[in-house]
Amino acid sequence: MIETALSILVGIFFAVAVYLLLSKHTIRIMLGVVVLGNAANLSIFTAGRLTREVPPVIPPDLYVPEIATANPLPQALVLTAIVISFSLFAFLLVLAWRAYQDLDTDNTEEMRIAEPKADPLPPLSY
Amino acid sequence: MESASNPYGVDISQAMIVERVALADWLLVFPVALPLLAAAILVMLRSRPKLHAPIALAVIGVVLVSNVVLLSRVLDEGPFAMTMGRWLPPFGITFVADTLGVLLATTAALVALVCALFGSTSIDVTGKRYGFYPFLLLLMTGVGGSFLTGDIFNLYVWFEVFLISSFGLLILGSERAQLDGAFKYAILNLVATTLFLIATGLLYGVFGTLNMADIALKADGLREEAPLTMLATLYLVAFGMKAAAFPLHFWLPASYHTPRLVVGALFGALLTKVGIYALLRTLFLLFPEEGGALSGVIAIVAILTMIFGVIGALAQTDIRRIMGYIVISGIGIMMAGLALGDRMGLAGTVLYAVHSMLVMAALYLLVALMRKAGGTYSLSELGGLYRSHPLLAAMALLLVLSAAGLPPGSGLWPKVMLVKSALDGEGGWLAFAILLSGLMTTLALGRVFALAFWRPRVDGAVVPATPLDRSGMFALVLIMVPILWIGLYPEPVLAMADAAAASLLDPASYSLLVLPAGGGS
Repeated sequence: MIETALSILVGIFFAVAVYLLLSKHTIRIMLGVVVLGNAANLSIFTAGRLTREVPPVIPPDLYVPEIATANPLPQALVLTAIVISFSLFAFLLVLAWRAYQDLDTDNTEEMRIAEPKADPLPPLSY
Repeated sequence: MESASNPYGVDISQAMIVERVALADWLLVFPVALPLLAAAILVMLRSRPKLHAPIALAVIGVVLVSNVVLLSRVLDEGPFAMTMGRWLPPFGITFVADTLGVLLATTAALVALVCALFGSTSIDVTGKRYGFYPFLLLLMTGVGGSFLTGDIFNLYVWFEVFLISSFGLLILGSERAQLDGAFKYAILNLVATTLFLIATGLLYGVFGTLNMADIALKADGLREEAPLTMLATLYLVAFGMKAAAFPLHFWLPASYHTPRLVVGALFGALLTKVGIYALLRTLFLLFPEEGGALSGVIAIVAILTMIFGVIGALAQTDIRRIMGYIVISGIGIMMAGLALGDRMGLAGTVLYAVHSMLVMAALYLLVALMRKAGGTYSLSELGGLYRSHPLLAAMALLLVLSAAGLPPGSGLWPKVMLVKSALDGEGGWLAFAILLSGLMTTLALGRVFALAFWRPRVDGAVVPATPLDRSGMFALVLIMVPILWIGLYPEPVLAMADAAAASLLDPASYSLLVLPAGGGS
């Protein structure tokens, strides 16, 4: 039940992320990157199955828990992914800010310094 | 020393490795641990940039030697695996030394050594202070880890490690063009790795394991009910984007010509090839049937990538940008082997990956030296370098022939294998496209040679025979040695590529290597 709701939420997140990533303005693209990262994390979390209110305590005479508890591995994966995407996003923010300052535009169509529009053709004869 | 029982009377041998790891197995962590450690030390020595080059060169040298030792051991005794933290696989993270991974890791270490040598004079003190060598070593950590790990999530982490260090290298210098190129590179690569992460999360949801050997074992039982084709497609898109396959390649020509050329050499040699390696692992080891079902799509992508790549190269004036498009065209040729999917085709892909690492690094270094000799990157202005720098011209000719797949360079043999495999199967179009792209590469790079070296300068000036810096020339000569060696005596590398292809087509033996007991929970 809760898995279904979360799956729909993940779908909405992906839709919003794709919409924002397709934008021309760097700030919207950055927001799209954040939403995309969260969509990925939420989908890992959901794919790892959800269990509520079962403490992962093993009785002293057993080796494994008596009933199914939450799987810690998806949470570890999400944590790793959060740390990585957070640091990458911090870098991206600085990069986008520097690009905005130096290139004087936040419109990706006008960001043509590396690939100038009026690039001459190579010599066609020897 | 380790006993199977502990004070609580629990038998830990069911969950943990109780015997000691053989001393020789520890060599497997060297290609990852050493550069990581050295990078940390170099960051601490930030204020003493003069120490950076010697330390980095020594460490990369040791990494290269340990890779060569690993390779000879794998060839003599067969592949082996090592699991971290004493947990039994699939719970611990496994590193696997097999022919495919170690062959590519060795080539990568050689390229890094040459680039570190080239960078010692071509990167100025400011560049060193801003961390050229730490980033280079971290890039090596990520690339080496990707080639050696046997865990799919660990592969994702290594991808991020080399992605982050590539950002640092890309903006070394903070020029306007670099910021522009880096922004596109960063966003599109981040989307690709996020797709990789999503696919891995869904894969965990389906399989309940991240160990590649374990996944390969369980895939057969799950094929009926689980959406494995969707997972394979997600991996194809994610790694295709990392590898710069058409139509997801636009980040590469936007950025690869902007950083320092030695950084371009590193990127052009290593990063896209890691994408190809990951495609080989996922589509053949993990999902062989689903990968086979996608081979039609991969064939079309391969043909379009090699043709559009080389058309892009033909349209450029700036020699740096020509090289970017030549990288893309080579990716198409490697994808052709993925589409063919037989032993000879895969061996061709592996051999082409080795060839492409060496030749692309050499071509970017050549561009840097041409710039020093001729003073410009523009094909309409360059000229007369044959008269002023004959040694450079000789190496340029050999590299042009090699990149185009003509003797005596290393590009001939993988293309022969791929074309033969395509003609033996039903890949007539692939064979035609490979040959056509080879012809067009000859045109694109032959024109660089004709215009920049043979033709006298347009303005009639005589190019001064300025001596090029010695370590730069030495680095280029050093990387020419394996290129010509593979071209003239391909048998040893050919046998390694063939062994790598054979192991890719036999996932069961890979699983047995990591999980001798036949699988965990």
